[in-house]
Amino acid sequence: MINLLINDQKVSVQAGTTVLAAAKKLKINIPTLCNHDDLCVAGNCRVCIVEQKGARTLIASCATPASEGMDIHTNTLKVRNARKHIVELLLSEHRADCTKCYKNQNCELQSLANEFAFGDHIFLDLVEDHKYNIDRSSPSFIKDDSKCIRCQRCVRTCSELQYISAIAVSNKGAQMKISSFNNRPMSHVVCTNCGQCVNRCPTGALVEKTYIDQVWDAIYDPDKHVVVQTAPAVRVALGEDLGYDPGERVTGKMVNALRQLGFSSVLDTDFTADLTIMEEGTELLVRLKKALVDGDKKVSLPMFTSCSPGWIKFIEHKYPEFLPNLSTCKSPQQMFGVLAKTYYAKKRNIDPSKIVSVSIMPCTAKKFEADRPEMRASGFKDVDFVLTTRELAVMIKQAGLDFRNLEEAKYDSIMGDSTGAGVIFGATGGVMEAALRTAYEIVTGREVPFGNLNITPVRGMDGVKEATVKIEGCVDAWKFLEGAELKVAIAHGLVNANKIMKLVREGKAPYHFIEIMACPGGCIGGGGQPIPTNMQIRKNRMKAIYAEDEHMVLRKSHENPEVIAIYKEFLEKPNSHKSHELLHTHYIERDNY
Amino acid sequence: MENKGLNKVDLIFEKIEPKEVLIKAFKMSSAEIIQNILDSGLKGRGGAGFPTGLKWKYTAAEKSSEKYIVCNADEGEPGTFKDREILERVSDKVHGGMAIAGKAIGAKMGIVYLRGEYRYMLLKLMIELDSFHKMIKEIGYDFNIEYRMGSGAYICGEESALFESIEGKRGEPRNKPPYPTVSGVFDKPTSINNVETLVTAMMIIQHGAKNFTQYGTKDSRGSKVFSVSGDTPTPGIFELELGMSVQQFVNVFGDGDTKAVQVGGASGFCVPRKKFAETIIGFEGVPTGGSMMLFNSSRSMYNVLHNYLDFFTEESCGQCTPCRVGCQQLLKGVEKVKKGEAKPTYLNELMKLADSMKIAAKCGLGQSVGNAFKSIVGNFREEIIY
Ligand SMILES: Cc1cc2nc3c(=O)[nH]c(=O)nc-3n(C[C@H](O)[C@H](O)[C@H](O)COP(=O)(O)O)c2cc1C
Ligand code: SF4
Ligand code: SF4
Ligand code: SF4
Ligand code: SF4
Ligand code: FES
Repeated sequence: MINLLINDQKVSVQAGTTVLAAAKKLKINIPTLCNHDDLCVAGNCRVCIVEQKGARTLIASCATPASEGMDIHTNTLKVRNARKHIVELLLSEHRADCTKCYKNQNCELQSLANEFAFGDHIFLDLVEDHKYNIDRSSPSFIKDDSKCIRCQRCVRTCSELQYISAIAVSNKGAQMKISSFNNRPMSHVVCTNCGQCVNRCPTGALVEKTYIDQVWDAIYDPDKHVVVQTAPAVRVALGEDLGYDPGERVTGKMVNALRQLGFSSVLDTDFTADLTIMEEGTELLVRLKKALVDGDKKVSLPMFTSCSPGWIKFIEHKYPEFLPNLSTCKSPQQMFGVLAKTYYAKKRNIDPSKIVSVSIMPCTAKKFEADRPEMRASGFKDVDFVLTTRELAVMIKQAGLDFRNLEEAKYDSIMGDSTGAGVIFGATGGVMEAALRTAYEIVTGREVPFGNLNITPVRGMDGVKEATVKIEGCVDAWKFLEGAELKVAIAHGLVNANKIMKLVREGKAPYHFIEIMACPGGCIGGGGQPIPTNMQIRKNRMKAIYAEDEHMVLRKSHENPEVIAIYKEFLEKPNSHKSHELLHTHYIERDNY
Repeated sequence: MENKGLNKVDLIFEKIEPKEVLIKAFKMSSAEIIQNILDSGLKGRGGAGFPTGLKWKYTAAEKSSEKYIVCNADEGEPGTFKDREILERVSDKVHGGMAIAGKAIGAKMGIVYLRGEYRYMLLKLMIELDSFHKMIKEIGYDFNIEYRMGSGAYICGEESALFESIEGKRGEPRNKPPYPTVSGVFDKPTSINNVETLVTAMMIIQHGAKNFTQYGTKDSRGSKVFSVSGDTPTPGIFELELGMSVQQFVNVFGDGDTKAVQVGGASGFCVPRKKFAETIIGFEGVPTGGSMMLFNSSRSMYNVLHNYLDFFTEESCGQCTPCRVGCQQLLKGVEKVKKGEAKPTYLNELMKLADSMKIAAKCGLGQSVGNAFKSIVGNFREEIIY
């Protein structure tokens, strides 16, 4: 243990602990900007400087490990002056038109300005000396350089967590900035639209493209029937933007709120998550049968999940030769979209051209996905508008709802039923667990051999997880699988996806089925989730997801009554001709530069 | 304060038989070499002036099978051209100094990071390096040197940015600690030394520490190569004993009308005429990596300062707030004051900003912008305003 003094208080910390973390232990708050718990240390904003007795300069507390006998002061005159200077310097380069800014009231720079730089500014305005660029080309987010404080959180996110490096530092000195590859528009670089950078940007320099006004317009249009679907991960995170602690489940209140906002029908993406399991599970079993029984050498195994549009874009750019290994299933969002304008429209007897389909997602890549030309199988744009969890919170605030005191409500019917298996799609390993719960039962007629259906080996925050399920006691139709060992792997965060894909490319991946989610933790850590998101918060949300699962009466996708009904009434059976027409698709190779 | 007066010395460019010095060095133990350098009082010649013996001692103490000697030949400080001269005339001593340092710290690999503009020398250096490699092989010593070309950015002379650059990354200074002695290039223990430091170390082994300590003062031992430029009838490279006053320097190199001397380049200090006599050139007074620029009364100190600020505004790596934005503010600020668009008292705010930059910037670049700014504005305020 290392002993030091901070503001004359003694504290002992483990070797390697930063001065910042040591101060936190004493509940001494030191302001930060470039620091983020998920990322490597940058030490570039210098907001977190403190005075170390005997040192020539101030030290950056986020970047300096505590050492024995240190005597630290966090609030001396020197520190205060320098910190005020730093905040004012940042503001002098910054187009601070807060009232126009999406991040107003939710901006780390603004908070610091409130604390350290109110009143007249000391320094000259430099904004007009810079030729700042605003890039609106991405379907998912806007990059406004005039709001950028060069903290490089986005750069570190994109390279360390996502293995993409769509954005990097370019130029030096006064011209230093965060650039896309070759300064191309964001829509024309290798970017997965995952929004992890957006989630970590402390200012309004990276924000999602919002469609709040368009959704309001649709709601108030008497001619339109506006259906809304909510992704599994939204219900365990939305509360954070409305004053709850991370990990609170607000499913019922959220449903009520959506109804009060005026949506015609409040439905659940969990329903199509269950449906995905039916389609994807069947697809996997068919591929296995072709490979094992028919000896078909052309079958693409391992099969990869396809519900994360960030991951889809990643493989399209980086590993296009493995596109045939992707499940052909559309994501639950898109299955829902196409069914809303076909099955649902028919059942409710509504002209599909009058349906506006809105989805609430933890994700910014879903905005891109909804725009894909492949996603128009209903004859219309299957999903019209995608809002993030954060945008929904904004709408709830705009409507003046007293969210905390709302009654719990239930989803509407026709695509509103769900099971615990659909809910856990929101966490890494969840799709795998849901698939195993169903596939194992199809093949053996028995439940998966894990206590209370909880397949714990596929759960948790390890970047890459693997598990083996031995298949025994098969029913007649699946006898060829008797004694087989189903090998599965799970990765979340594209840096981990890349690890698995490298193995696959080298022929060293012994798996049959691989689940990949673009975002750390899966959708609970999605780019559209409340800010901040970090490991502790992801863990809390994950716990909430599994609690939600345990509280469901039905916990296996094939038991979802509305899923059973849709096959009876509309789709016939999994992987039917109709399913293929509406629920499946293929993806395209993209450049990797 | 000790004042040794101005004395020319011939140590750095002295012709020696490198092979003999190396044979002598390789017979010594690592600890003996380090003790010699410690006893000599040698401090780094690249600007920061860290005791070379200590640097070697710390690196030697690290347990690692892979260590590096890096020779900093980026020489980007405006007004400095002494490392170029050393490499052109006595590259065998640069290579020899690296091998001795390698023996001291237990490194088998040396890397010379050569300023991009010096590429024209590379062919000649490679030929000389070849015969050097042959020579140490003959002695039976295993040490290998490679050259890496700089990228043309001033910041890549800063040691940790230099490592990043060698590793093929963007030249941005790292957080310290860890220091290079613990984790330098390729995250291995590294001793990074200036070209001149390495040559001087070799000469200390040649002549003995005791001999070396006869030169210079308690705080600044030995001699040093100066790059003299500006308003002087005799610009060029001169090796002088450390410990003279600026006045004594100006007496020899000035043109009779010297009003200020910028000691240490853009990141150094401006000494005005009234302080010439009391200011010693060395670590006890104004330190310098070698650059000595003289200004006579025809020069506008506003222009001099403006040049430096322009340079820093462009050459800052841009990653940290105090330096990236601070430089722009200092530059725009003096422009506004000069044009009468800001009150002269605004200079007081800028002086405070320069103080903050000194203590809050991430690396030596941002920390030293205030040196020139404060010494020029402090001593020539009227020239900035009117
Ligand atoms: C902005 C900046 C530029 C530097 N440029 C050089 C350089 O060109 N050559 C050099 O030897 N040291 C340079 N240094 C100092 C190095 O960081 C380092 O201290 C030095 O190479 C150590 O060698 P020494 O101890 O032998 O002086 C620079 C430092 C800074 C902050
Ligand atoms: S980024 Fe923050 S400080 Fe800047 S305009 Fe937006 S809210 Fe204001
Ligand atoms: S959206 Fe994702 S891939 Fe695109 S720049 Fe941001 S972090 Fe990188
Ligand atoms: S875009 Fe945001 S995260 Fe990236 S450097 Fe700028 S302020 Fe930081
Ligand atoms: S002080 Fe300047 S050069 Fe050094 S890290 Fe900061 S911005 Fe880069
Ligand atoms: S938070 Fe420590 S330097 Fe930015």
